[in-house]
Amino acid sequence: MSKMHVTTTINGEPVEFLADVSSTLLDALRGSLGLTGTKEGCGTGDCGACSVTVDGRLMCSCLMLAVEAEGKSIGTIEGMAQGDHLHPLQQKFLEMAALQCGICTPGVLISARALLEKNPDPTEEEVRFGLAGNLCRCTGYDKIVRAVLETAADMRESAR
Amino acid sequence: MNDMSNKWIGARTIRPDGADKVTGRATYSADNTMPGMIWGKVLRSPHAHAVIRSIDTSKAEALPGVKAVVTAKDFVDFPIDKSVMLGIQDMRWMARNILAKEKALFHGHPVAAVAAISEEVAAEACKLIEVDYEVLPHVIEIEDAIKPDAPILHDWVRHEGKPSNIAGTMVLKAGDIEKGFAEADIVVERTFTTRPVHQGYIEPHACTVSHAADGRVTIWSSSQGQFMVRAMTSLLTGIPQSNIRAIPAEIGGGFGAKTIVYLEPVAVMLSKKSGRPVKIVMTRDEVQRATGPAPGSLMTVKIGAKKDGTLVAAQGTFYLQAGGLPGSPLRGPVGCSFAAYAIPNVLSTGYDVVSNRSKVAAYRAPGAPHGAFATESVLDEIAEKLGLDPLDMRVRNSAKPGDKAIYGATFGDVTFVETMDAIRKHPHYKAPLDKNPRPGVKRGRGVASGFWYNAGGESSVQVNITEDGNVVVTTGHPDVGGSRASIANVVAELMGIDHSRVNVIIGDTQTIGFSNLTGGSRVTFASAMVATASCEKVVGQLKERAAKIWKIDAEAVKWEDGMALPAGDNAGKFPPLSLKELAAKANEMGGPIGAQVQLNTTGADPGYATHCVDVEVDVDLGIIRVLRYTAAQDVGRALHPSYVEGQIQGGVVQGIGWALSEEYLYDKQGRVDNASFLDYRMPVCSDVPMIEAVVVEIPNSKHPQGVRGVGEAPIVPPLAAIANAVHDALGKRFYALPMSPPKVTARMDEA
Ligand code: FES
Ligand code: FES
Repeated sequence: MSKMHVTTTINGEPVEFLADVSSTLLDALRGSLGLTGTKEGCGTGDCGACSVTVDGRLMCSCLMLAVEAEGKSIGTIEGMAQGDHLHPLQQKFLEMAALQCGICTPGVLISARALLEKNPDPTEEEVRFGLAGNLCRCTGYDKIVRAVLETAADMRESAR
Repeated sequence: MNDMSNKWIGARTIRPDGADKVTGRATYSADNTMPGMIWGKVLRSPHAHAVIRSIDTSKAEALPGVKAVVTAKDFVDFPIDKSVMLGIQDMRWMARNILAKEKALFHGHPVAAVAAISEEVAAEACKLIEVDYEVLPHVIEIEDAIKPDAPILHDWVRHEGKPSNIAGTMVLKAGDIEKGFAEADIVVERTFTTRPVHQGYIEPHACTVSHAADGRVTIWSSSQGQFMVRAMTSLLTGIPQSNIRAIPAEIGGGFGAKTIVYLEPVAVMLSKKSGRPVKIVMTRDEVQRATGPAPGSLMTVKIGAKKDGTLVAAQGTFYLQAGGLPGSPLRGPVGCSFAAYAIPNVLSTGYDVVSNRSKVAAYRAPGAPHGAFATESVLDEIAEKLGLDPLDMRVRNSAKPGDKAIYGATFGDVTFVETMDAIRKHPHYKAPLDKNPRPGVKRGRGVASGFWYNAGGESSVQVNITEDGNVVVTTGHPDVGGSRASIANVVAELMGIDHSRVNVIIGDTQTIGFSNLTGGSRVTFASAMVATASCEKVVGQLKERAAKIWKIDAEAVKWEDGMALPAGDNAGKFPPLSLKELAAKANEMGGPIGAQVQLNTTGADPGYATHCVDVEVDVDLGIIRVLRYTAAQDVGRALHPSYVEGQIQGGVVQGIGWALSEEYLYDKQGRVDNASFLDYRMPVCSDVPMIEAVVVEIPNSKHPQGVRGVGEAPIVPPLAAIANAVHDALGKRFYALPMSPPKVTARMDEA
């Protein structure tokens, strides 16, 4: 199988890689690119563990071909913190124990960030529907929803 | 030490493994690679039930890129007539579960495995393996499997002297059941069914394994017990435990199902044959088809009561699905269903039923939610018929300290009533509920309780003082959701130092002493007990060092706020010696400071939970929504309240899925028809409300911090609580789960 050359941007840095035409972006990230922070829970678009952003849009990386990343800007969990400075959502998740096993957490955080970028002042219901594509089997979602709502409030406060 | 005015015990500290988990740096089992690694793939049976006449792997082996092929022949033989137990697991069944031997017992049953230079080549090679099957008629459901003319899975299984699919029986009795029912003013008997449900962890099973040229094996995988991985792999491959290093990766959920192995021994033999490290990762389809689930059940419960609500007799008959090989968790429904109640006459019987589905695995309080669904539904009906408040009736019947439990133990603390009081006093229980909010919509409220044994068992902890005077704690238990955080709190408290100076890690099988599985709500109980003993030893060493420096008796030294101090005026006057100062002098004063403690812990008293739930039913669409949920549980002591609440909230939502939407569907050929997260419908964020956890803390007097255990009990009451709420809304009782829209509409149409 011949591979295709892909030129893309990941977390703000230029990246080039080779990919089978049939392999997914998730395979490329977790495989040759070594970015295993993005998780695979199903490979069929049903769990959200593989959530990334593509030109700012939330995507399941298991549903996108690696070659489709050509010329795009990809955002993964590894790029969410600025060095040692955690994103407010990451910090709040730690403080409010919004994770147990943590396997869903990268996907949930990427989704939550995309949600807050679109809607900085969501209701509980909007958060619940915004995260409905991210399965979490450990937490019952309670602390996740609370952490997202509190982060949103903090971010609005500091933006004033 | 049950002093509630602690600094760190009970504090909502940030977990030691947190930053890695929110940044994607934590390494789960599929995240590891090894130099020279190749890929394994499992060939699975396309039939639900078939004799394996022969397996020809020659074409697969000849495919370029294939490095090894294994079948059951490559593993230790466990003959049917000789049981070899590891904990509650019979290795005869484990051996046949990881790779089919005489027969393929379910669709998806592993038959062979391949290691090759890529996943694609391995998959291609699987297709070239020629298996000669003699296809047999299959049976899926309990009702069919126990019929006299059912296809028999195992010719060596006998029940009442005849070939049968009933592979085991468990009976517990108290008093005289006939006499008890004769004394009752009211007797209610109902039959219930529940469907198998998958534990639904988001992380599929995976492992990376190296069998080195010198015979030493390294296993990197996520499980609920690295020692279990080592022991099972050793038994199945014949490699001594001293040569197997099982390294626990971060675990992406287990809920009981990762207390057994599927892939590790297979990968070890592939690695041994190929001479290369081997990685295997299951797909979600494989996980849903061939791992877990919790059993489905067919249950009849009959309870007799006096007019005042006093329970006088109870009888339960519980058939549980084992899957293709024996071993369903009978002790769950048989032992737990009536345990919380002081009923003088009880007969509780369980049957382990094999059928052509994947072998069941533990799932939170294994078997107890089933029994509670039946029992707590019948109790609700009795209370209704007698015109009693359902919680008042339960309170009247609570077991008391000193009562003999049906499963043999004598109760120490019984804190069941406290959980019911927590609900009775909660605003939720008294809040008005508009039962007819809109046309076509009905609302109702339900309550139910639950019981779980809890457990102690083996645990090891090493506490080391670093040269710079901080603390590293190594435990032997995988952390499924906050146990490192809890242990960090305990150690910071006992050492009297800031939480940030304690780091807790999980050791592998060759670096820490034996520690039993993370399961049964035992880890925080056991590891906190052992960590306490380690800290006491370390503090003892520190006091001795200070005594030496001051040239006084060690008894004349006390440890407070992370410092050694003279115990009183008579001890003399010395400036305090801090942990840092003592650590700096460690080598000149007798060497490194640290202690490992290994114990078989005891004294875990049972856990009790009582839940209250409001539901709303769309009568036309059959959709049931949970509007409000309050879950009270006595946890003894919450070392880290956030993770205690999280366990309760997570268990409740799993229970909601079990009650309302989750089930396995099979096609006519006996194949799972919904082996994906799209069709196997677990609750998503928008399906559920906030879950209010009411954490009752009545310290367990047999534990240094008062811990009881948390993780299992929260999944016991929800099935019945929700069914009782639906009955309150519709005036109809559901005896079968899940109460999914098609079932609800069908039931409404009956009327
Ligand atoms: S792995 Fe992509 S949605 Fe589950
Ligand atoms: S924290 Fe385990 S799946 Fe979400």
